[in-house]
Amino acid sequence: MNFNATLIGQMITFAVFVWFVMKFVWPPLINALNERRAKIADGLAAAEKGKHEQELAKKRATEQLQEAKQQAAEIISQAQKRANEIVEEAKGAARTEGERIKEAARAEIDQEVNRAKEQLRGQVSTIALAGAEKVLKKEIDAKAHSQVLDELVAQI
Amino acid sequence: MASGETLTSGSYITHHLTNLTFGQRADGSWGFAHSAEQAAEMGFWAINVDSMGWSILLGVLFIWLFRKAAKSATSDNPGKLQNFVEWIVEFIDSSVRGSFSAKNDLVAPLALTIFIWVFMMNFMDLIAVDLLPWLAQLFAEHVLGADPHHVYFKVVPTTDPNITFGLALGVFVLMLYYSIKIKGVGGFFGELAFQPFGKLGMPVNLLLEGVSLISKPVSLALRLFGNMYAGEVIFILIAIMYSAGWALGIFGGFLQLGWAIFHILIITLQAFIFMTLTIVYLDMAHQEHH
Repeated sequence: MNFNATLIGQMITFAVFVWFVMKFVWPPLINALNERRAKIADGLAAAEKGKHEQELAKKRATEQLQEAKQQAAEIISQAQKRANEIVEEAKGAARTEGERIKEAARAEIDQEVNRAKEQLRGQVSTIALAGAEKVLKKEIDAKAHSQVLDELVAQI
Repeated sequence: MASGETLTSGSYITHHLTNLTFGQRADGSWGFAHSAEQAAEMGFWAINVDSMGWSILLGVLFIWLFRKAAKSATSDNPGKLQNFVEWIVEFIDSSVRGSFSAKNDLVAPLALTIFIWVFMMNFMDLIAVDLLPWLAQLFAEHVLGADPHHVYFKVVPTTDPNITFGLALGVFVLMLYYSIKIKGVGGFFGELAFQPFGKLGMPVNLLLEGVSLISKPVSLALRLFGNMYAGEVIFILIAIMYSAGWALGIFGGFLQLGWAIFHILIITLQAFIFMTLTIVYLDMAHQEHH
């Protein structure tokens, strides 16, 4: 165990190495570590916030869904009411239209009947004249007996 | 060296425990010492080339590796090297936070340097005791033309007290510097002179506090040196068994394996103790005692 200048050499080397580590090795490494720690903390906080926001959004979504359902139910009931109304209206319109058509048909029938009656009357008077002519075997003045004939026709 | 016929167990051990010392010989010429006695005669102004060289080499390796990791350090996605380095840095950082209460940017890098450097120097103990000295001898004999019996090569720097005392004195200087910087010259000497028995017990105080102050670096250095030296000696003793027949050789192999596994614990523990005590001593230097 003899001491020599190695002792001094080692002290100098030691000092140089410590200086180098202090200057160039330790700060970047510890900074990287601290930075990462901060990043992780931020990330966790952001995750927490995101979770909270998600919960809020979920709540809001449920609320909106409820509202939408309610509105939909309202709309459906309104639509049903409206449909019933339309059906009723249509029924009413159809009834009146039917009445109208029935009325028109009846009027037309009456007209046809009257026309037929007129025609029949004309023809009957001619046939009666012809019959009378045949019966009487003589000419009858249509003009002289038209009054009698008209009375006959009116009796038909 | 294990099979050398001219070599006894004693000289084998001595050979392994002698540093390669460069200095001025007794006859005035400069060169490597050929024996431990010659190395001792060189006095203080000689240098243990092997321990100094390994110490610097391992230190540079440590610096290079960590600088590489530090240069590309990102807070995003760390690579494998960065992960490993960060793991160590975090461990050191938490150790410093745990034992050091004042604020000083020097302490954590100091602790990191001590821990890794001392660990690496201790780690050389786990490399087979004869491998590197044998390579050094081959190199010296065939390339430099030296006598292989005079080539000493100790590969574990921490078995050289110069290295451990160099570290401990470095820490001691920092302790004194911060004690005086924080408490002032008066405060520092006051602590030495007026505690624990007050003004009247000044001589006793000085003796007690002086011894406790000096014992810090001495114990720091000797603890590391002693553990590593003892471990190395046991490795050497086990290595001697290899030249004593195959039965003892196999037994020695198991012994060496067991001791090496146990030694993994010791080298880490010693590096950790050195680091922790450094932190604690510096913390004490930063605190005012009342």
